[in-house]
Amino acid sequence: MRTGPPVSPELLRLDPAQETERIVIRIREMVFERLKRKGVVVGVSGGVDSSVVAFLCARALGKERVCALFMPETDSAPESLRLGRVVAESLGVRSVLEDITPILRGARCYERRDEAVRKVVPEYGEGYRCKIVLPDLVDADRYALFSVVVEAPHGETKKVRLSPEAYLGIVAATNFKQRTRKMIEYYHADLRQYAVAGTPNRLEYDQGFFVKNGDGAADLKPIAHLYKSQVYQLAAYLAVPEEILRRPPTTDTYSLAQTEEEFYFALPLEKMDLCLYGKNHGIPPADLAPAVGMGVEQVERVYRTIETRRKVTRYLRTAPLLVEHIEGD
Amino acid sequence: MERGAIANTLRSFITENYLLGRDFTFADGDSFLEHSIIDSIGILQLVTFLQDTYGITVQDSELLPENLDSIDAVTAYLCRKLDGAASEGSPAGSQGAPGERA
Repeated sequence: MRTGPPVSPELLRLDPAQETERIVIRIREMVFERLKRKGVVVGVSGGVDSSVVAFLCARALGKERVCALFMPETDSAPESLRLGRVVAESLGVRSVLEDITPILRGARCYERRDEAVRKVVPEYGEGYRCKIVLPDLVDADRYALFSVVVEAPHGETKKVRLSPEAYLGIVAATNFKQRTRKMIEYYHADLRQYAVAGTPNRLEYDQGFFVKNGDGAADLKPIAHLYKSQVYQLAAYLAVPEEILRRPPTTDTYSLAQTEEEFYFALPLEKMDLCLYGKNHGIPPADLAPAVGMGVEQVERVYRTIETRRKVTRYLRTAPLLVEHIEGD
Repeated sequence: MERGAIANTLRSFITENYLLGRDFTFADGDSFLEHSIIDSIGILQLVTFLQDTYGITVQDSELLPENLDSIDAVTAYLCRKLDGAASEGSPAGSQGAPGERA
């Protein structure tokens, strides 16, 4: 029988003042002492994770040493840029707008993605919109195979399971977006001798919800140890604008609005958060189930899914492999 | 179709596409996922292979480990499909066809 505090979302409660202080000290050490950079660049998306990172960096380094980058493209929700500006203005940090659409067009990102979609939806073309989604896996022990949802110009939607070629083609093309943003971030970092701050939270980092050498690349990742609900606790403490806290998390990557649950987690984030905590701390599924309002079998399934995703996304977290150790590493 | 022939075809497909020269042997009953033989993209490729090779449609409701997670499981599933023995409610039942409205 498990001992310890009762299983509830309270397990994820932290002391935001203490945690902020701890992270702020670490950011100073990492940027000034380890990396020997003069400040940081943060890609600000208008979401809670990048907002919290920007707030923490401004607190750690001073607002004059933080550069906020807005990098919308044609599929981005206009709300993202507006909220990004709200963050930069409330912090008083310098900001730069870089529309990455022309770079993506030059790389044929949209064209390649549309070609991949047409492998399973031949009529897909001008005026259509799409997103890829996962099935709800909580109630069945099914494999998580992606489907594409397309919306025709007149509004009719259709959902089709993806073939391997279509899935890989869509993902490979779409990954241009995160990699282009990272390239722009490093341009601005090089210009100022700054470091690049990454913005993944623990759930994303652990489960591989990032693009290798895209949003997965950074010099420091100040909130990668925090569960999503802990990021919200810090956001409230740091006085991140309310409308950012209220915004549902989104990938802001596809032309149709796509939640993170649809794309990757297939479970509401607050439940996924607690399941990840439970798995990490050896909480038996029977003890966790009532706290997340799920059956024991469902929690067992989520635990298995977490483990499987860790395994299959290990490649994303693996640094370049060398034949032998090189001095100076 | 003879079960042994199906199992051999599947083993060749798995060996050529996923073992990639690894010195690894696995039994017909071994779980693909537990032994890290196939990942989730591999399952998608396996489904496509089954559909293309045997002319069947793998329904969303059939995307289950009991149908797809070992050579034995896939062979049994295929035999049920090919024999037309699949019925609704069984692991190889059918519902939720691809192309459903979102």
